[in-house]
Amino acid sequence: MDKQQLPQRPFAQKYHVKGIGGALVFLALLWGSSVMTGVNWGEFFTNLDQFFDLLSRMAHPAWEYTNIVIQPILETIQMALIGTTIGTVIAIPFSILAARNLIKNSVVRGVIRFILNLVRTLPDLLLAALFVAVVGIGATAGVWTLAVFSFGMISKLFYETIETIDERPLEALRAAGANNTQVVIFAVVPQVLNSFVSYFLYTFEINVRASTVLGYLGAGGIGVYLQRSLSSFRYDQTAVIVLAILVVVIVIDAVSNNLRERLQ
Amino acid sequence: MTENVKKQNFWARYSWIMWAVIVLAFYVWSINGLQFSGLQESAAEVSKSIMHGLFHPEWSYFYDGSGEDLFSLIFQTLAIAFLGTFVSAILSIPFAFWAARAPRENKFHLRSTSGKFILVFIRTFPELVLAIMFIKAVGPGSFAGVLAVSIHSIGMLGKLFSEALENMDRGSEEAIQSAGGSKADMWVLATMPTIMPEFLSYTLYRFEIAVRSASILGMVGAGGIGTPLLFAIQTRNWSRVGIILLGIIVMVTAIDFISGTIRKKLV
Repeated sequence: MDKQQLPQRPFAQKYHVKGIGGALVFLALLWGSSVMTGVNWGEFFTNLDQFFDLLSRMAHPAWEYTNIVIQPILETIQMALIGTTIGTVIAIPFSILAARNLIKNSVVRGVIRFILNLVRTLPDLLLAALFVAVVGIGATAGVWTLAVFSFGMISKLFYETIETIDERPLEALRAAGANNTQVVIFAVVPQVLNSFVSYFLYTFEINVRASTVLGYLGAGGIGVYLQRSLSSFRYDQTAVIVLAILVVVIVIDAVSNNLRERLQ
Repeated sequence: MTENVKKQNFWARYSWIMWAVIVLAFYVWSINGLQFSGLQESAAEVSKSIMHGLFHPEWSYFYDGSGEDLFSLIFQTLAIAFLGTFVSAILSIPFAFWAARAPRENKFHLRSTSGKFILVFIRTFPELVLAIMFIKAVGPGSFAGVLAVSIHSIGMLGKLFSEALENMDRGSEEAIQSAGGSKADMWVLATMPTIMPEFLSYTLYRFEIAVRSASILGMVGAGGIGTPLLFAIQTRNWSRVGIILLGIIVMVTAIDFISGTIRKKLV
């Protein structure tokens, strides 16, 4: 038997260079991150009793606080609804301008998409901090924050939906001499309306979750009370607020899921 | 022939009116309920100076070697997100098996339903509150941020993982079993290799989200870029806000791009 005929594995494959190298890089990243963030598991485990002390104080909610919590939590839902609506209204023209099949001009599309990508990178609390500085403490700042936040999210979901529509009705209308506005109203809207409503509800769900903490920076809603209870060390009140948020989020999710299933 | 025309019943025909009234009522309730404080007098001025600051960022803050500059804090933020996501990915696996439901089981299943409820609870527990609780335990700093991200992410990762388990292809598991493999063989040789790419892809996706939340956790004192950002906003130092915003935008865009590329390769 000729030895040369046996297939030879290349060096990189034989010694698993890629796998071992990847694992080493990963371990190095983990080690680097731990050094950077000052991870100290010893400290964590010695102070764990303090954490459990907090938890046990939260395990005895101050139920009489519930009455005070109801009004701000309703305000949170109102903020989310108005914010999502404003964001959606602004998002619609932008999503049409960003859709590949409607706007053939790639420069316009590129600029619009660049703006949308920029908006989407900003976390919600950061926007809240900025809006509190601009419009002052209160629910208005929260509404604007949620409007900008849902604008970024909805316009992406919307233009992706528009890009998946059936082209033939559009062509038929154009052939019959319709202008661009008429094409959008009679061929695009009927095809996308259901998914638009569904995405609106989805964003509303996310905004209800997000709006519960916006108040922490002064942007209205239940978060204001969250901040108050935490800074006065009343963890029994914090527990009530967290439970109230849980109930509201579960209810809103259930309603919105139910409506979204009906739409399909 | 009128008989051929399918008659809509009363409900199907007029239910939209009911929906319209409900929706309208919700909006009226919301608009009346909110106190629109109106704009402050200084709003125009403040937005003008924010804009000015955004276009004239304080470049000297980018790197000054003190460890408190943008460059080091951006990396600290990434480190919080990376470590937090890594820990939570490991912690999520038992939760995923707890919450997953086999296809033959009832919709209500004591183990799976209780697991799902726990995951919903973790998901809705505000991350900021968690961060504050951990600050009480380990003191302010990025370690508290790591802990908050690692616990909070379990809620979403556990859900995604358990859904992946529910929808996975069970053919290879069955093959190992019918060839006489033990439970452990089945897990190592069939379940893990089938599920790993999906788990990794979800973990990367969650990492993208964790980068965003790590950049704001600092607002409560849990390390990262959030602390100097909130401080700069409160002291109206808009050119510093500008450079920090630029830093966050570049960081998030770069991470989204890298993670998106890897995810496309995985699945």
